[in-house]
Amino acid sequence: MTRYVVGRIGQALLVLWAAFTLSFILLQAMPGDAVLIKFLNPEFGLSADQVAEIRDAYAVDSNIVVQYGNTLVNFLRGDFGYSLQAGVPVSAQLATNLPPTLKLAGLGFLAATLLAVLIAFLSSMAPFAWLRNAIQSLPSLFISVPVFWLAIMLIQIFSFRFRLVSVINPGPWESLVLPVATLAVPIAAPLAQILIRNIDEIRTRPFVAVARAKGASETRLLWRHVARNAILPTLTIAGVLFGELIAGAVVTETVFGLNGIGGLTEKAVGNQDLSVLQAVVVISAAAFVTINLAVDLAYPLLDPRLRNGHGAAA
Amino acid sequence: MSISANPVLDVRDLDISYSHGDERSTVVHGVSFSVEPGEVVALVGESGSGKTSTAQAVIGLLAGNGRIESGSIHLNGEEISRWSARRLRSIRGAVVSLVPQDPGSSLNPVLTIGAQVREILEIHGKLDRRNADRKVIELLTNVGLSQPELRARQYPHELSGGMKQRVLIAIAIALRPALIIADEPTSALDVTVQRRILDLIDDLRREYGTSVLLVTHDLGVAADRSDRIIVLQGGRIQEQGKTADVLASPQSAYTRKLLSDAPSLAVAKPRPPVEPGRPTALTLTNLVQDFSLPTGRNFRAVDNISFHVARGTTHAVVGESGSGKTTTIRSIAGFQKPTSGEIRIGDLDVASLRAEDLRQFRRKVQLVYQNPWASLDPRQTVQAIVEEPLLNFDPLPRAEREARVRAIIERVGLPATVLSRLPHALSGGQRQRVAIARALVLEPEVVVLDEAVSALDVTVQAQILELLAELQRDLGLTYIFVSHDLAVVRQIADTVSVLHNGRQVDYGTVDEVFSSASTAYTRELIEAIPGQKFPHAEITRQPINAGPLS
Repeated sequence: MTRYVVGRIGQALLVLWAAFTLSFILLQAMPGDAVLIKFLNPEFGLSADQVAEIRDAYAVDSNIVVQYGNTLVNFLRGDFGYSLQAGVPVSAQLATNLPPTLKLAGLGFLAATLLAVLIAFLSSMAPFAWLRNAIQSLPSLFISVPVFWLAIMLIQIFSFRFRLVSVINPGPWESLVLPVATLAVPIAAPLAQILIRNIDEIRTRPFVAVARAKGASETRLLWRHVARNAILPTLTIAGVLFGELIAGAVVTETVFGLNGIGGLTEKAVGNQDLSVLQAVVVISAAAFVTINLAVDLAYPLLDPRLRNGHGAAA
Repeated sequence: MSISANPVLDVRDLDISYSHGDERSTVVHGVSFSVEPGEVVALVGESGSGKTSTAQAVIGLLAGNGRIESGSIHLNGEEISRWSARRLRSIRGAVVSLVPQDPGSSLNPVLTIGAQVREILEIHGKLDRRNADRKVIELLTNVGLSQPELRARQYPHELSGGMKQRVLIAIAIALRPALIIADEPTSALDVTVQRRILDLIDDLRREYGTSVLLVTHDLGVAADRSDRIIVLQGGRIQEQGKTADVLASPQSAYTRKLLSDAPSLAVAKPRPPVEPGRPTALTLTNLVQDFSLPTGRNFRAVDNISFHVARGTTHAVVGESGSGKTTTIRSIAGFQKPTSGEIRIGDLDVASLRAEDLRQFRRKVQLVYQNPWASLDPRQTVQAIVEEPLLNFDPLPRAEREARVRAIIERVGLPATVLSRLPHALSGGQRQRVAIARALVLEPEVVVLDEAVSALDVTVQAQILELLAELQRDLGLTYIFVSHDLAVVRQIADTVSVLHNGRQVDYGTVDEVFSSASTAYTRELIEAIPGQKFPHAEITRQPINAGPLS
């Protein structure tokens, strides 16, 4: 077990390092750099010599290996460098922009999970066939709705028409309701689909028939026998979908005017603000890796067959 | 439960139908039978005979698209066929319980054994937690599990198949039901384990006075274990009566056919002894095969096995799961390099072959697998399946390829019309014929038959065995016949190796091994063959052509 945990953590660190290195290489390969973009702007009225001097000061032309080494060491120390465009440390920008995104993503994920479980279980327990079919078609509907359109519709309906959620000077939580809903819907859809399929599949297993032969009620069958087995494969997908969540956050933040990582990334891309981009990539990778590590570590807790180190040996 | 003269189970004129889309098809027609207290009644039939549907209807577990159309089911005198689901739950497990077919998948993998046995007490009983725990241990002890306290804390994957079936039996007897439905309770188990499990069900039945409805495809098991036999075919009862009577003087033609096809009941036609001086097709010398485990240690799957097979004869490799028989044939087919020892096919040393030579070698050794449902690509036509091996070797002109495919399909007794079909449109027996055709199309020297008839119904099995014998006579094929079923081995093989835990515990001609096995293990295997309660002579003394067709 300890070997499994240590191995998993080792793999996670390796992924993190690879994400850092690949993004570093890709960002360096882009033509031009942030210094040129910022200081060649005629508004500054700097001469070519002066720009060259600044470039020298930022060491943008130094050996790429040296740059890589410096950046890596700095990242390991928790120093993400300076944003050239904003002229403030990247860590300061993250401190303001990260919390709203984390809140949004975390709540979005939670809401998506609840929604998916709700849909899956209703579709399995609903008393009439037509109702079950209707509920089962919800995920396909959810998946085909574009996020930006959904966001605008939610604002139209809940804010402007019914005036349930204020969009002008909302409270700290009120401002999150609609973005979280927007984010949750497209994430919930694949989760619900997989859960529905797993529940249907597990229901046909002989051990469910044995439980039924014991006289177990439908509710007991679903919760005690089907649910736990059906959730196992869903976990993996949930981990992968987290990446979707980060991408979805960019659109959602833009529509709802939230000042989060999404907005920061968008600006940094426009300005080739490499230190900011590098930090965003590494932070997203860290979040992704952490979630998947958590999933991997949760598996043996849910499935006893994975506890003894080498799989389901007979 | 009061002892009464009334039957525990009384089924009258039962019709069961299934819906497929808009159509309903009736699969059980007017089935009537009863089970008296303490009696074991065997429901015997091949796949599609309706035996499982009938049993499922009795415990209210028909699949979602199944429905009782008409008829009645009286359990302990109460008509239950029209009961609501809620009311049925009150008797499931308490009055009628189930011992399922496949112990491997019949326990919830994420719950402990103890929790799963306790569940039936929780659902019906009012035992408090501590008494329930004590009862669980008592039940696990009763079904002969060692270290019951440990077992209760373990998960299903930590137990063997036989142990799991004991747990499922413990669950079935927990509330002392009037009737236990045992649905093919041992078909997924090794033959020696099968015997122990059937003995256990017998003992518990005597101890608890429970009746048993034994659903089985195996006439041998039914013959040994039941008081009465009901023979089903195509959803209709062909015949029912006292087991001894049905076996001794079967009234229906179908029963007679089943009896003559059942390897465990039929008298093996003695195979002519192999004349000396035949060239050797295959020699195994001191084969050893190790596998490294994740823990870093080595596991010896095959330990020093030697045999030789004369050309045109059949050598059977017999053993239970984990005996090393699959590893042995994988080495023969060149799928893995032996750790030590030598495999010679003709004058070729299999272990020395590399890359292209090894690929060319494959045309000399072909395999037929156990499961014809899984071994054929569902998206290829029969033509494409049988043709594929030809495409892998010397390019033949298209016309000649098609002619060879046609010829071999005809040779295995299939009509040419199957060539354009997909495997799902064929029956199990037809699929296995296709698999045999695919193996033979390259004209191999050695055919490895890996449990090739184990998944088939007895009558189909008998036909395939007949086909194999015929092909061997005509084409001079050498067979390696891997099986757990000694009764079949006795019919088809000339020589036999018995494997146990990777070692070869017996080796010789079939006659020698069956009449004077040298080890206790082989004797146990032979004694565990079902169908020995009624000696063959007694059954076959009856003229086969007596009695009208029913």
